[in-house]
Amino acid sequence: MGCNKKALVALIGSVFIVGTTQVFAGPSAKAMADTCAGCHGTNGQSVGPATPNLAGISEAYFVESMTGFKALPKGKTHAEDARPATIMNRIAKGYSDEQIEQMGAYFAKMPVYKAKVPHDAKMAKSGAAIYDKGCAKCHDENGALADDDAGILAGQWIPWMRYSMADFTSGHREMPKKMKKQVAKLSDAEIESVLNFFASQQ
Amino acid sequence: MANFTRRKFIQATGGVAAVSALGFPAIVGAASKKVVIVGGGTGGATAAKYIRMSDSSVDVTVIEPNQHYYTCYMSNEVLSGHRTIDSIKVGYDGLKGHGVNVVHDTVVDIDAAGKKVMTAGGQTFAYDRCIVAPGVSFKDNVEGYDAAAMKAMPHAWKAGEQTVILRKQLEAMKDGGVVAIAAPPNPFRCPPGPYERACQIAMYLQEHKPKSKVIIMDSKDKFSKFGLFKQAFAKHFPNHIEWVAAKAGGKVTRVDAATNTLYVGDTAHKVDVANVIPAQQAGAIAIKAGLTSDSGWCPIDGRTFESTMHKGVHVIGDAAVASPLPKSGYAANSEGKSAAAAVVALLKGEEPGDPSLVNTCYSIVGPNDAISVAMVYDLKEGKLSKVKGSGGLTPMDSPAAMRARDVDYAYSWYANIVQDSFG
Repeated sequence: MGCNKKALVALIGSVFIVGTTQVFAGPSAKAMADTCAGCHGTNGQSVGPATPNLAGISEAYFVESMTGFKALPKGKTHAEDARPATIMNRIAKGYSDEQIEQMGAYFAKMPVYKAKVPHDAKMAKSGAAIYDKGCAKCHDENGALADDDAGILAGQWIPWMRYSMADFTSGHREMPKKMKKQVAKLSDAEIESVLNFFASQQ
Repeated sequence: MANFTRRKFIQATGGVAAVSALGFPAIVGAASKKVVIVGGGTGGATAAKYIRMSDSSVDVTVIEPNQHYYTCYMSNEVLSGHRTIDSIKVGYDGLKGHGVNVVHDTVVDIDAAGKKVMTAGGQTFAYDRCIVAPGVSFKDNVEGYDAAAMKAMPHAWKAGEQTVILRKQLEAMKDGGVVAIAAPPNPFRCPPGPYERACQIAMYLQEHKPKSKVIIMDSKDKFSKFGLFKQAFAKHFPNHIEWVAAKAGGKVTRVDAATNTLYVGDTAHKVDVANVIPAQQAGAIAIKAGLTSDSGWCPIDGRTFESTMHKGVHVIGDAAVASPLPKSGYAANSEGKSAAAAVVALLKGEEPGDPSLVNTCYSIVGPNDAISVAMVYDLKEGKLSKVKGSGGLTPMDSPAAMRARDVDYAYSWYANIVQDSFG
């Protein structure tokens, strides 16, 4: 399978070169996606302790995230209609919308990766009950379903999820209405339990 | 899991192909292309791993003198005592797991015309493509800085034994002592390194030897992340870091290791610990093999990283002139992947695609305070170029909470780049 696909890609590539002289296709999705690995792990499988796994996240979620980063002006760490960031805004601005879609499609084809994240089993257990009531509708299959386009939370690194929640609760990142309603009911300790629950899904 | 299955599948397929090929000797030769990689640092290791991941039919040999590699990145944390030397030690089992042949020997010459590499151990390795990743060697711009002086006034610019010597000197120093960092002229490995080092050493002094201080004696009047570092010096270490620009008498021209004295022209500065970082050029083997220009560095083609001096030889990492990419670990990793993709394509007789590269570099400049620089690069009219609008520095006024996050991200950067390069 893999070999056939590669041959097909090579074939399409050569047709392209023959058909258009001196037109550069730009870097391949793999060439671009491989540059993420220095922080997000080989093939998007992060060894932590804080950067998220990218393997298997949906294209829609990847595009939404990168577009949000791209919208954050340089010199800012948060802004309206943008994703808060320390560094990702400066990196996201290096890619066109089409390139971001290509990278998104590339990571989406990979199997979902769940890292061996250290977590508190007791908190994970109490987090499970909160998850069932408040989170499960959108973060399907214990946060492991890419197709819900809500990111992959199963087997994600806790510090990253904690920073994301801090951005949501501080108002620096916009929450979907349903999420806002659910999060409002939770104490900080309960949120921490839910994060441990997601981390425990390995 | 899925990856293992896929790799096993490819290996199995490869095995079948080899067996059937036995009947067709002409194909056997074509099936096993050889790549020899000179140097098992970040760039060389990454290239080896990514070639094998892209095309497991390629026979890849890495020739590296050392049994272990000590990463330069995060070695400044060994100086502050925030991590151990063992925590930056990496072995080669990861590469071997990808089917890379790792040979511990020293390359003494490269015959580009004959396509072979010779070692001090008397071995010869033939190649179809060679990748040279030797890092840096030192120039003799500081009079008196010989092999003996290097032990007394460590550069600690190649991590390992040198890092340990400097750390021990810091530990042995009396409170009230002066630590001098003689910072090198451009271009050099890890442009923000000397200044992060000052911060790391100052953190140690503040806690353990508060009457002591660090003086950076610089060969330059400006440096990487200038504003952010100056801000960090003033904020965290107003009494512990002093920076002396070249124009203010900072440029060290001579040393006397016997008396721990640094000279700026005729002016003597006797210090307690001297960290002397000399000017740099490409690693010795690159010079020997004729891969360097008058600049002392290796000019390359931006698409493939193939040397413009010798065909069939690619140069990556600190030794290459990959400007506008800096001489950093992340750049070496990114260049390793670009060269790997180009080599795999060229070995198949295909046109190499356009490269895409990134640099991301963190400096931990104080307790819970990290800063970063980043950039995305691509090829424009055949030249490596910054992608317009991308990259840049941590904002000067970024909130403390975000600076603290960047410490976590710096550690994630470290764990992942080591895994991505060597794992």
